[in-house]
Amino acid sequence: MKKLCDFSVGESGRVTAVCGTGAVRRRLLDMGVTPGAEVTLVKRAPLGDPLEVTLRGYSLSLRKSEADCVQTEAGV
Amino acid sequence: MKTFALAGNPNSGKTTLFNALTGSTAHVGNWPGVTVDKREGVYKSGGARANIVDLPGIYSLSPYTPEEVIARNFILEGRPDGIINIVDATNLERNLYLTTQLLEMDVPVIIALNMMDEVEASGDGLDAAELERRVGVPVVAVSALKKRNVARLMERALAMPAERKGRSVLDTGRLQSAVDYYEKQGKSSPLFRAVKLAEGDEEELKDGGAAAIRADICAKYGDPEAEIADARYKYISSRLSSVKTRAARPAATRADRADRVLTHKIWGIPIFIVILFAVFHLTFSEDLFFIGAIASAAGSPLPSFADMGFAKLGESDIYANFGIALASCFYDGAVFSPGVTLTNLLNLVLGYASYGISVGTEAAGAAPWAAGLINDGIVGGITAVLGFLPQILTLFLCFSVLEDTGYMARVAFILDRIFRRFGLSGRAFMPMIMGFGCSLPAMINTRTLADEKERTATIRVIPFFSCGAKLPILTAIAGGICATAGFANVDLITYSMYLLGMITAVVAVIVMRSTTMRGEVPPFIMELPAYRLPGARNLMLHLWDKTEHFVKKAFTVIFASTVLVWFLQSFGWNWRYLGAENMQQSILASLGQLVQPLFTPLGFGSQLNEYGWVFAVAAITGLIAKENVIATFSVLAAMFVAGFEGTEDGVAEAVVMIENTGITWPALIAFIMFNMTTVPCFAACATAKAELPKGRFAWTVLFWIVTSFIVGSVCYTVLSWWWTIFLWLAAAAAASAVIILKNRGVIKFPSLRKKRVE
Repeated sequence: MKKLCDFSVGESGRVTAVCGTGAVRRRLLDMGVTPGAEVTLVKRAPLGDPLEVTLRGYSLSLRKSEADCVQTEAGV
Repeated sequence: MKTFALAGNPNSGKTTLFNALTGSTAHVGNWPGVTVDKREGVYKSGGARANIVDLPGIYSLSPYTPEEVIARNFILEGRPDGIINIVDATNLERNLYLTTQLLEMDVPVIIALNMMDEVEASGDGLDAAELERRVGVPVVAVSALKKRNVARLMERALAMPAERKGRSVLDTGRLQSAVDYYEKQGKSSPLFRAVKLAEGDEEELKDGGAAAIRADICAKYGDPEAEIADARYKYISSRLSSVKTRAARPAATRADRADRVLTHKIWGIPIFIVILFAVFHLTFSEDLFFIGAIASAAGSPLPSFADMGFAKLGESDIYANFGIALASCFYDGAVFSPGVTLTNLLNLVLGYASYGISVGTEAAGAAPWAAGLINDGIVGGITAVLGFLPQILTLFLCFSVLEDTGYMARVAFILDRIFRRFGLSGRAFMPMIMGFGCSLPAMINTRTLADEKERTATIRVIPFFSCGAKLPILTAIAGGICATAGFANVDLITYSMYLLGMITAVVAVIVMRSTTMRGEVPPFIMELPAYRLPGARNLMLHLWDKTEHFVKKAFTVIFASTVLVWFLQSFGWNWRYLGAENMQQSILASLGQLVQPLFTPLGFGSQLNEYGWVFAVAAITGLIAKENVIATFSVLAAMFVAGFEGTEDGVAEAVVMIENTGITWPALIAFIMFNMTTVPCFAACATAKAELPKGRFAWTVLFWIVTSFIVGSVCYTVLSWWWTIFLWLAAAAAASAVIILKNRGVIKFPSLRKKRVE
């Protein structure tokens, strides 16, 4: 079990759960951050936050606080 | 004629497809109540005709952003004959997520599989016919950019049966009670509504009966919100996206390498600053690539046309020789940037036209007031406003290129961390920085901000980023201060003023975000679109939209207000026409005298002598265009010094004003800051009114007036009596304490809240 915000650059994992509430959670789900999706942390912004991840074949940016809602397990 | 709604994700090529379908027939309207463009156009090919409505780009149909609410309401209530769902083939899974929601509606759907050429170029495979079999609606592979297969798409769209029953990829057995409820109510698309209801959709929960059914379902099966999104994606990845076969990828594409540099840990921010500087240089620089400055530094300055002995025509900037006049649009002692060159060319045409008109009115023996109305009122007003257009468009073109290549999203990514401190997201940066050029495109650009409160706060502070037209006020008065008060450094004053404007903006945003515009920092869960080369055709259509919009405004609101101010400054209360030299008897002057005492805390009110009203009047004429502030000084200087000749930089005008009114330098600084932070020009006001949510404009004007009075007073008092800074700091501390206590719920103002409309 590891949160997406704790990934190091280049690390991958599989989403197991998305916590949080309301708009943030809904938006994460809509953008494809759902259980089973494979995510890779590509880079951090120059000031350390937000993060860029790839999933489902595209790039998504999200803040650390938002990545904190994403639970993952080690990828395949 | 059938009407089709065009729906799809942002960055899926939706606008390109819309342009390819409708050509030049497109026109922009506003959605009722919200300021998101509703673009409509007609598709024509042979005998076939269809209405196309371009919906905002959306990822989902949940009601969390205004775009999503608009799109679903149009489909549910506008009852289009069909939906053209554009799907980006390079990003199939996430695009099909929206498709699975659209399929639940009782509307015929056709899928336009866009960017198939990119998929093929990368060596991947995608079986469109297989996808069609699996989703059960027509699928046509197209290339919107190359206009490939667009006719085939419309042929199949027009051949679709008029009715289609919504189908879900979800197991909707548990939702049957909700479906039955909506069917009984006679609502459109009951299946779609039932699924949305299960997701806890606010729009559907407004209906009390439906809310009760949801409570019932939740009690039986638990909260289905996450399950539904999950099930959609599971279905897509297991059943649909398998039609795509992936080839082996090269380790790093060219876009990857570019991205590594552009968002580099150390170089990312410096590169961004250089790009930004280049944009402003191309738009505003009167010395392109510093060729003139370099030549001067090398000891052989480039000559201007005046140096070469060419005479100017009349009072204007036009040369008597047309060839030289034309050449001087591109070069005059230094090479001009494209933005300046275009401005010069337009002004050349306008200059000849107004010169011709002024000669014509004189020859026709028109009465002085009629000549004044035509030349100073109408022609002067129109040229002042149209004169902005080339630079606005150049700036807009540069920013559109940055937007379309995908770089703008990276800028927001780089800067989000800084902006979050002020309660904004990284996306708010672009409109603000554009404000240094011109507030108009900057305010339009705030459309990229999803959160309404963030957007309002941003629009309100944009004028504080001193625009190009305010620069003459700065340079003229700063020059005047140096000439009369004995300071050496004009640049230092100018830079401090810019800085002070930005500080005001930051403080105002922080105050607004903790009071009237309070709200969470909007989430930054945002797609970073793939880097792409922008299409020239799209850019041009984009620019044309802006031009049309602006010119329409120039000839209505702005034109009317210009003529009004001209009237007030040219006529006395006895309705007699006054020449420019007798402006002290005009209605405007007496209005100036009336409001003059209000400016006492700012140093240019009652403490000045009988001519003190000139500053109040200059500020009022600045509403038309900020250049007018110095132009007014120039007109008024003739009142003090007979036969006064205007100068290009306005410093001499400022000196005359300072010597004849007894104004102090702190008051002059206050005057600059007042003009920088007060109500912007009419053109910017009209744009703000169009872009702000309903009912916010009046508050915004009040906000500008209050802010400019506070900033001006602070400048004047602190620079005149340094110890007053402690009084202001105490007031600021008290105000923050009240705000913090109120936000923590320690104190309440019940009576004040009721009065607030916002």
